[in-house]
Amino acid sequence: MATTAPSQPGPKPLSPPTTIQAASSTARTPQQPSQQHSGLRTPSNRKTIYDRNLNRTRTAELSRASFAYLFSEMVTYAQRRVTGIQDLERRLNEAGYPLGQRLLPLLLYRSSTPTHPHPRPTRILPLLQFIAHPLWRHLFARSADSIESSSTNPHEYMIVDNEPLVNQYISVPKEMSQLNCAAFVAGIVEGVAWAVGLQCAVSAHNAGEGDAMWPGKTVFLIRFDESVVKREAIK
Amino acid sequence: MNMLLQELDNMVVYSLIIINKAGGLVFNRDFNPALNKISVNDLLVLAGTFHGVHAITKSLTPSSLGIPSKERTGIEVLESSQFRLTCFQTFTGTKFLLFTEPHQPNVDTIIHKVYELYADYVMKNPFYQLEMPIRCEAFERGLMSYIRAK
Repeated sequence: MATTAPSQPGPKPLSPPTTIQAASSTARTPQQPSQQHSGLRTPSNRKTIYDRNLNRTRTAELSRASFAYLFSEMVTYAQRRVTGIQDLERRLNEAGYPLGQRLLPLLLYRSSTPTHPHPRPTRILPLLQFIAHPLWRHLFARSADSIESSSTNPHEYMIVDNEPLVNQYISVPKEMSQLNCAAFVAGIVEGVAWAVGLQCAVSAHNAGEGDAMWPGKTVFLIRFDESVVKREAIK
Repeated sequence: MNMLLQELDNMVVYSLIIINKAGGLVFNRDFNPALNKISVNDLLVLAGTFHGVHAITKSLTPSSLGIPSKERTGIEVLESSQFRLTCFQTFTGTKFLLFTEPHQPNVDTIIHKVYELYADYVMKNPFYQLEMPIRCEAFERGLMSYIRAK
């Protein structure tokens, strides 16, 4: 699966929390006379999210319920326009991809200090550490449950999440049992990896079958390109 | 059903029925394996009948009580020597019927928790179609673990 970066017309917010907050803060003032802006909406105090300090929402958290409803609508929206499960997963993946691309610089910026800039992860293991810890903590307020490498294929690595937040309220019908809506998160991971220049394909797989403790266990399979593995061997 | 209930006081929540706003049965679950099984057809009839009776009882509220029509509710509790039926209606007209042992305390808490589980695992599930029968694994899992823990 070769994923190219979806083109992004117009200005887009920098991170998912600010996206949602900006949307809700503008939605709260509907009586504002509509100045027909083509893209970005301006709240009543004329300050857009671009005027905000990037660290402002550092510790802000979103309501889980509002995220669940939003994500549920995203899945429904995607589902109306697809022919099969793979197509649906591809759409969710593409929805997450731009988030990943933007989250990388944001998280690096936030973990840097003026004297000690945080280095960009350029090799596979630091990248996986970065995804499983800072990225996961930013998105889900906890680290991923484990990082594994495939014993048979040097290209493949796995990040395991026992209970993905995006799937918490989702029950996939039996006829679609292959589907895992965490494909959205896989898209985010893919976006981060491509943003540091490690080309790969990421997919989400159900691994909770028969697991009484973690029925929603999900494995994010990261398959790096041949070129990435070769480069890794050289350095 | 009644004969068996006397022996079952270890499991005090007998079963749960959810009726949609049109009077259709969307969910039913027995929490006690020893209960006599009712056929799906009978359950549908039961749900429809209760829906009708509920509507009638709502308009039976005496006007001398001075309760505004919006606040009048239908049957809330139906009690017999063998079981107690508690009905909780949401703002949108979905009804939760909980069959319990007559002396079961805190039925309100249980029914609100069931409503909470419904709001979480059914309404936030992108694959659930409104007013259709509920087939959500996560909902049943949550329900079973909650009722078992009682």
